[in-house]
Amino acid sequence: MISYIGSFIILIALLNASLLVLSKPILSKITSDYDSLILSTSKLQFPLVLIAFICLIVAFVNDDFSLKYISSNSNSALPFFYKISATWAGHEGSMLLWCLILSFWTFMASMYSKSLDTQFRLKFLSIMGFLNLGFLLFLVFTSNPFEKNISIPIDGKDLNPLLQDFGLIIHPPMLYMGYVGLSVVFSFAVTCLLQHDFKKEWAKWIRPWALMSWSFLTLGIALGSWWAYYELGWGGWWFWDPVENASFMPWLITTALIHSLITCEQKSMFKNWTILLSIMAFSLSLLGTFLVRSGILISVHSFANDPARGAFILLFLTIVVGGSLLIYFKNSPKIKDNISFDFFSRESFFLINNILLVTATFTILLGTMYPLLLDLLGLEKISVGVPYYNAVFLPIMTPLALLAGYIPILFLSKRKDKKYMLNHLLASLLVVIFLSLLSIAFFDNFNLNVLLGVFIFIWISFNIIYDLINRYYLSKTKNIFFTNIGMTLAHLGLAVFILGATIVENNKVEKEIVVKIGETIEIKNYAFKFKSISEYDGPNYLGVKAKFLVYENNNLITELYPEKRIYASNNNMPMTEAGIDPGLSRDLYITLGSLINDDVWSVRIYHKPFIRLIWLGALMMVFGGVLSVLSKRKSKPVALSG
Amino acid sequence: MKKRTLRIYYVVFILISLSIIFFLFIKTFNENLLFYRSPSQITAGEFPKDYIFRVGGVVLDGTLIKSKTSTNVKFSITDYEKTIDISYNGILPDLFREGQGVVIRGKLGTDGIFYAEEVLAKHDETYMPPEVLDSLKMKEKTIEDTTKSMNIY
Repeated sequence: MISYIGSFIILIALLNASLLVLSKPILSKITSDYDSLILSTSKLQFPLVLIAFICLIVAFVNDDFSLKYISSNSNSALPFFYKISATWAGHEGSMLLWCLILSFWTFMASMYSKSLDTQFRLKFLSIMGFLNLGFLLFLVFTSNPFEKNISIPIDGKDLNPLLQDFGLIIHPPMLYMGYVGLSVVFSFAVTCLLQHDFKKEWAKWIRPWALMSWSFLTLGIALGSWWAYYELGWGGWWFWDPVENASFMPWLITTALIHSLITCEQKSMFKNWTILLSIMAFSLSLLGTFLVRSGILISVHSFANDPARGAFILLFLTIVVGGSLLIYFKNSPKIKDNISFDFFSRESFFLINNILLVTATFTILLGTMYPLLLDLLGLEKISVGVPYYNAVFLPIMTPLALLAGYIPILFLSKRKDKKYMLNHLLASLLVVIFLSLLSIAFFDNFNLNVLLGVFIFIWISFNIIYDLINRYYLSKTKNIFFTNIGMTLAHLGLAVFILGATIVENNKVEKEIVVKIGETIEIKNYAFKFKSISEYDGPNYLGVKAKFLVYENNNLITELYPEKRIYASNNNMPMTEAGIDPGLSRDLYITLGSLINDDVWSVRIYHKPFIRLIWLGALMMVFGGVLSVLSKRKSKPVALSG
Repeated sequence: MKKRTLRIYYVVFILISLSIIFFLFIKTFNENLLFYRSPSQITAGEFPKDYIFRVGGVVLDGTLIKSKTSTNVKFSITDYEKTIDISYNGILPDLFREGQGVVIRGKLGTDGIFYAEEVLAKHDETYMPPEVLDSLKMKEKTIEDTTKSMNIY
């Protein structure tokens, strides 16, 4: 019953979205008040899709196996919370989540756009409506979560065990908030093109939206990385997997966008470039969806190969990207840019930032798409290895990180004379080099890469914290102190991330060995004693649990329980659960391999120094982004709530 | 120096550095491509010599030999025409079974044995890696419900 309501509501939402897209002359025949019709339909979309989404959740909780989607993604023995999260664990449900989030952003855009010109606002909301319509059509015709089974199975196939996890409950919604948030920025950019203008106030209006999307994207990517680390049992945090790349490319472009928007807002520069970045950011998130959903890439994210889905998204991608680029090339010359600027200015450094970020994006795009193209053309089957990304990406990012440490304070300081800045640069450089060299003493395995990572960390944090203290004492109202606190935190987050990533990649210890019960393995100043192994019954699996005693300098510090699980309801699929002792300075990580002989097992034991800094840094970026939005909102109430 | 000569130097400098960067980029890209070959192609000698590449096939029933004292394993993979022996030191993925499609990254030794650096297997017995599927010419077989256990896909 509830599934019929869901289906019905989806159709209503589809009709509602098409009202948004219909042009003014047609709608004016139906209603006298075109403006308020657009405003109310754009708000109505969200509650409609929300009801449909809740229907699907209720159907999952009630084990309604008459629905195809539920019988292939849930099971009566599945724990309650995973039944709820299973709603968006498969393809159909995650597309419904996508539509829900899109309608949510449309709702927000409709609520908070009063400060925009009416004409602009209506066009902007219509474009959002067009995107809603496209994705709802995709949902209804190729991936309807409310599709019925021909015969009702007694029990469901169960959720993929890898996805039965806390990380999965929050990773997709956060990532989608970011992906789809970019649709606001995209629609806004296209409206600017249609209106032949990009005013300063508009740039100020759109920046918080770009920042919010960026923060969500950062959080989503970080959660995905964290999940892969503890759930896949490999102990890695980033694989340059095409699916990861698909989320990383929009992130890089959005990072460029939030920087170029500052220039747009303050100097009326880079307007066309910013519009192009907005189009690129959303196009790349659509491309990501296409790659992941079409089944071209095989991963945990692609649930089934269905050519119709791929074809639909490809068509939609062509219309959206092709259409917006056509409008861009036709209309962008009409938007007047202020292009003269000094070499030694904030604008030119933002330009360098943008060039580096876009270059990095294209190297990743090449590595992701080139093998696919060759394969589609039937020429050769290749893949691009991790060494490519490391060799190409790191040299591009190093100058960017160096800039991030100095540029913000260079242009925030009140004293603008070049001599003072040069002296300051030399002084801080000396201090940072001294501190980096001093840090060598703390590492047992030190090489040039680590030195560079430590240098960048100290460089960024020293300069930014120095500037923060400086501003605190100089500012009388304490207002200036707070206005850039978000930016400060985000850049510190970058520094922390770089420190963690370089140390863990250069100093980690990974052992794959055979251990007999009672034996002890030593890594650095830690000893791992394989104590025992036992079997037990889980709610929907059979488990084997090992017990390891962990000693640090001969003192028992903790016990670790790595597991192997067999999910009977899922074709006896085996799963590895890692035993992890997390810590700020190191993670200790054990996974079980396989039974070698009687009481001998193969195991992986990892020592991962400072790996937590990777996600800590990402979290700092997220909070920095959110703080920026909040502080902007507070200082200039007109900008958002208008 | 005159402003014009300065500008010419500037442009020449940029052009030279751009072409160096481009050259290095293409070189890196080419060096890091991993080719995929089937056992038949390898037997026919069609593979990049002295380079790491990937080979795929079905693990032949009854060929898996596990060491009793270490993580060494030996097995053979086939495309139902030719067979290649694989040697690997490490922990096999959870879903590695005989009769299952696998993709392996490594180097071919002069002894004709393929020394694996990484073994990739996929969840679900109905699943075949797409490369393996192509080389087996069994395209009608449905691919269902796959899982990320590896980094390449």
